[in-house]
Amino acid sequence: MFEWMSDNRASIAAVLIILIFIAFVWSIVVGRRQARLTANDEVFGDPVRTKGGWYWAVTGVSALLLVWFYFSWGLGRAYFPDAANEMCQCAKLEEAVSPIKAALPIGSRYYKSTLLASRNSAQLDDLLGKLPGTVFTDAEKAELEEIINQIRDLIANSSNPENMVQETRDELVGLAARLDDVSVTLDAGPGDMTPTSEALAQPRWGTTFTEIPILPITSRGMLFDSASVEAAEIASAFNKVRNRFPENDQLIEGIKARINALKATNAAGTFDEKVAEERVDYVKAVERIFKRLDDGLIFPAAALQDINTAISGLDGAASRAKGGLRAVDAVFFPGAGIVKSKTQCTEQGSARWLPKPTDVVATFARLANPDLENGGGYRGFPLLWWDWMPVSGYVAFFIPDWIADVWPGEYASHGPDGTITPNFKDKLLAFAQGDVNLGYVPMLDGHIWDSLFRVIVALALGIFLGVPLGLFMGVSRFFKSFFDPLIELYRPVPPLAWAPLILTIFGIQDDGKIFLLFMVAFAIMVISARTGASGVQLSKIRASHSLGASDRQIMWNVILPNALPEILTGIRIAVGVCWGTLVAAEMLAGTTGVGFIENIARTVSDYELIWVTILIMGILGLVFDLVMRWIIKKTIPWRGMG
Amino acid sequence: MADLVCENLSMTFTNPQTGAAVNALKDINFTLKKGELLSVLGPSGCGKTTLLNLIAGFINATDGAAKLGGKVIEGPGVERGMVFQQGALFEWLPVSRNVDFGLRMKNNDPAENEKLVEKWLDIVGLQGFGDTPTYQLSGGMQQRVALARCLINDPDVILMDEPLGALDALTREKMQSLVLELWKETGKTIMIITHSVEEALLLGERLFVMAPRPGRVHKEYRLPFAERGLTESLREIKKDPKFSEVREEILTMIWNMEEEIMGRV
Repeated sequence: MFEWMSDNRASIAAVLIILIFIAFVWSIVVGRRQARLTANDEVFGDPVRTKGGWYWAVTGVSALLLVWFYFSWGLGRAYFPDAANEMCQCAKLEEAVSPIKAALPIGSRYYKSTLLASRNSAQLDDLLGKLPGTVFTDAEKAELEEIINQIRDLIANSSNPENMVQETRDELVGLAARLDDVSVTLDAGPGDMTPTSEALAQPRWGTTFTEIPILPITSRGMLFDSASVEAAEIASAFNKVRNRFPENDQLIEGIKARINALKATNAAGTFDEKVAEERVDYVKAVERIFKRLDDGLIFPAAALQDINTAISGLDGAASRAKGGLRAVDAVFFPGAGIVKSKTQCTEQGSARWLPKPTDVVATFARLANPDLENGGGYRGFPLLWWDWMPVSGYVAFFIPDWIADVWPGEYASHGPDGTITPNFKDKLLAFAQGDVNLGYVPMLDGHIWDSLFRVIVALALGIFLGVPLGLFMGVSRFFKSFFDPLIELYRPVPPLAWAPLILTIFGIQDDGKIFLLFMVAFAIMVISARTGASGVQLSKIRASHSLGASDRQIMWNVILPNALPEILTGIRIAVGVCWGTLVAAEMLAGTTGVGFIENIARTVSDYELIWVTILIMGILGLVFDLVMRWIIKKTIPWRGMG
Repeated sequence: MADLVCENLSMTFTNPQTGAAVNALKDINFTLKKGELLSVLGPSGCGKTTLLNLIAGFINATDGAAKLGGKVIEGPGVERGMVFQQGALFEWLPVSRNVDFGLRMKNNDPAENEKLVEKWLDIVGLQGFGDTPTYQLSGGMQQRVALARCLINDPDVILMDEPLGALDALTREKMQSLVLELWKETGKTIMIITHSVEEALLLGERLFVMAPRPGRVHKEYRLPFAERGLTESLREIKKDPKFSEVREEILTMIWNMEEEIMGRV
């Protein structure tokens, strides 16, 4: 079932998108009708105007889903499942000719030769201006100026079309003709090309980590694929073409000899350290520029004209051969289309970091599968499942080892025959360390549960310690004044600023994170309980005194229930803050948890996984809040009515 | 006899920051016999509420003493029940748990509590409202709960701090009848602080008009209207020329006091 859905995710998306679109249109129709019905009964500003209106919620959600589908290319994939493969073939051609384009003002603004000539000339001028007069002798200075002038000549000679040898001209003309042939092939169309069975057997777009199948699965794709092979050969031949001729070769030899002579002087010379360094640096700078110009890569602009025309022609032919694919690309695949790198085709633009809704669901389903042997879970740990847990582990969590240490008596030592008979103290230690079999209980397990567990334990500790302290602070001048500075000293520090310290002290296991979250929850609970306690009406307190209640009874029966709304609001806030802090803490350290998954996903740029964790956290945060809202509604119906 | 006696009762408030002292009450002397109904009137700031708080034991007198049944009052106690203006009910508890709050604090037998709650809800006219949350009750009903909650503890004195001040005119009249009824049936000593001259006349067997700076009893009346209210309609009593005469006299008195205060300020 899951396999089938995973393979056919594009078709499922196609149906879903239609349904969402219908919901979108329908909700607008319903909403407009409702708006007309109520338009006469309500004036602007009437709070009733914000009541109800679920149909606009449908409009908003469906619009969001449609935008998501569109920008993640989910829409394009649903209705044009082969488009990405074809675009990948076009991208192959684009990649193949990219080395040629790089030399022409098509791929960039200028000819590569123009850039070489202008940049190096500018650097030569700069170098000449900085010629250090103190470290070189006058003769050497003249020599260096001569070298720089000769390098300038080198540039000038290469740029002159008259200097080109016939052989190089022929080569360039030949390459331009071959490029024209490719254009002709493209214009001729795919003919009877059929995709190979190997290509057709590839997994579908998006179902594997490779994303887009690379072999062509359509005849148009085949055409582009074969054109890209020929274009790649042309490009490789173009890369080998050099503008060499005898004058320059002599010039090059001469410059090389002069530079070597200077280098030899530098090496042999007994200059003091600083002077030697400056001399070496300057000669090196001159040589570096020379090395960029001695391999015949500067062509006269006129010589590249044919190639330029041929590439423009090829672009036109490719565009014609794409046909309808061009429109599909422009409309349904927002962003920079598909780019072929060395080994794979990748989606560019929004689709790169925004996974398709169906892919997110599929990734979530894969992670949520508790069957670890068959690829479920994440890093050998399920997302949320249950398992048999030893009871002794929980007992050990609550019983500290030192209880065994302080028990009277000594631990057993090994007897004369080398065996050990454990006494009661040993058994107590084993108990405290969880080394006994106390049976097993079913317990929740998995990354999500680990995160939940940390929040729940920290929250429970925060409530059970924070609320009493807060209540006492609300009724006692001593408690208020004594504890207020202590809490206010640590509370304003963002919890994440504490995280590195706490995690270093407590280690990366649960205790550190729980303590960090406890600090957060504790402060919030103290403050909310205190606000609630100090906000109790004086007349209620006086009434309960007159009814004969003792101080303790008043605390328990009047102040606590009176502070309950603030305490519950505090818990609601604490849940939210703890949840946020926890994820960040798990990112810093740990081996389980939702934040851990996201951190790993980040390091491998697995956008789908990142989004899945974001969605999990969002949904869990929402569930927490809904539960708290429900509890608040059930437990304090009197709120705002007293 | 559980008489309420005030001997030279004085109260001076000192501002802890400035040290400025205000004479809220000076040398209050009176004896309220068991079963008497006293209403206290006066302009704002004359120390009416301070007097009540002293007797309730919420604050301690700087001089003199209040005694109940010969015992000096040193703190709040069950024998002096309180009814506040806003009811001061515990809104997280239903009506019956509000009413038996005092009994539960004494760890009484729950079954017995239940019977007493039934009885008192009946008396104050709230039969069948035992499980209703208090925040769903109207202001008048909330005051009935407050009365029942106070009376169920069987106090010697009932102290009421403007108990009907927040009610509408109709409800107020009904509640005045209820207070008179309860006074007659239970025979409790009742002390009512009020702003309304009419109410003070109707609900005062005795009536103190207090004057400010320092707070003192300016004039004392003994009135027949409360006794008459037990049998006659309150509205008939209000039409009595004698009633109007006393009302006008007291109104003029308080009016003059207010003028004096304004003049001083």
